[in-house]
Amino acid sequence: MSVLLFTIIVLFGAFLAGLLGSLTGLGGGVIIIPLLTLALGVDIHYAIGASIVSVIATSSGSAAAYVKEGITNIRIGMFLEIATTIGAVCGAIVAVYLNANYIAIIFGCILIFSAIMTLKKKVDHTTLDKTDKWAKFFKLNGSYPDKGIDHDYAVKHVPGGFIMMLFAGTLSGLLGIGSGALKVIAMDNIMRLPFKVSTTTSNFMMGVTAAASAVVYLHRGQIDPGIAMPVCLGVLTGATIGSKILLKTKTDKLKIVFAVVVTFLALQMIYKGITGL
Amino acid sequence: MNATGKHNINDKDIQVVLGTLLRAGVIISMSIVLLGGIIFLVHNNGIITDYKVFKPELAKFSSIAAIFKGVLTFQGDAIVQFGVLMLIFTPIARIIFAIFSFLLERDYLYVFIGLIILAIITFSLSSGIAH
Repeated sequence: MSVLLFTIIVLFGAFLAGLLGSLTGLGGGVIIIPLLTLALGVDIHYAIGASIVSVIATSSGSAAAYVKEGITNIRIGMFLEIATTIGAVCGAIVAVYLNANYIAIIFGCILIFSAIMTLKKKVDHTTLDKTDKWAKFFKLNGSYPDKGIDHDYAVKHVPGGFIMMLFAGTLSGLLGIGSGALKVIAMDNIMRLPFKVSTTTSNFMMGVTAAASAVVYLHRGQIDPGIAMPVCLGVLTGATIGSKILLKTKTDKLKIVFAVVVTFLALQMIYKGITGL
Repeated sequence: MNATGKHNINDKDIQVVLGTLLRAGVIISMSIVLLGGIIFLVHNNGIITDYKVFKPELAKFSSIAAIFKGVLTFQGDAIVQFGVLMLIFTPIARIIFAIFSFLLERDYLYVFIGLIILAIITFSLSSGIAH
């Protein structure tokens, strides 16, 4: 395939991935890696390198707006980044030595899990009970503005959330994705943060988590400019447009369709991985 | 995030600067990637790509020194990689800025947390060089 044709196909695919990813909350990486590996025959190591770059671009882009509005809890973000960056570096180092087929199988499983998570109904577990000593020590309790009113919230089960974040970071570094679904489990279900705070803080953290593994990939030669260029430009453009449409549309049906597509791609990657072993 | 009024103003300022820093980093680095991409496409239009097997030994721009060398000779793919490098450094710059602002707030616990994150990233940078 010629360089120009490859660039155009990837650019278009990445644009769609970014658009659908931001509309459904799944992130662009989950669709760009199957596209590159299954449809274009790109080695998964290159696909991961390009995907992590697009994760940094989209997360920094969207985090900028949320941080300004004051919804993101910067202290929680930074505190948990200790866990995610340690995990990310470990994941990226392991990815270098792991057989591509094993990575494809793990990736497929995480894809199916993420698809199920986006379909689950979001419940606000918000608690006001400020007794957690870890949350007090690290000053994690806070408030966020919603329609002009500040809502206070308290943070629970800090060590549990921290351990879950180690795991989320490892998978992010191993697979080149944002692993937003796992971060949401840590913050929504374990630490009991309000949904808006956990989503925006997860986005804020993704950039630093991805940067920690991206430097490992860069030195290893996994980030190829020829692939990274159309991937990050396409995903960022798609995600930006997607976030503007998001405010006006109901995405429930789209979520189901997208989850089915992602599951189908995941099964194909698992199948290819197993037959390739 | 803190209940006291003085800290609130401080945190608000930090939020605005952090947000602006992130947005500027993305816009600047993506513009460089786009520029490098156009140069790359013009020069390599007819060439056939092959990414079927991962060949780390063939990677041209896998160190910061190699990227800078390539940028100086105006190679498109080196300019793309330079943009990617800037994009990677955007969240790292965000951490450095946060450390300084927590220092101004005299929140030394979070200065320390920021330094830990920075140390982890620096470690991953140097472990890559040693490879």
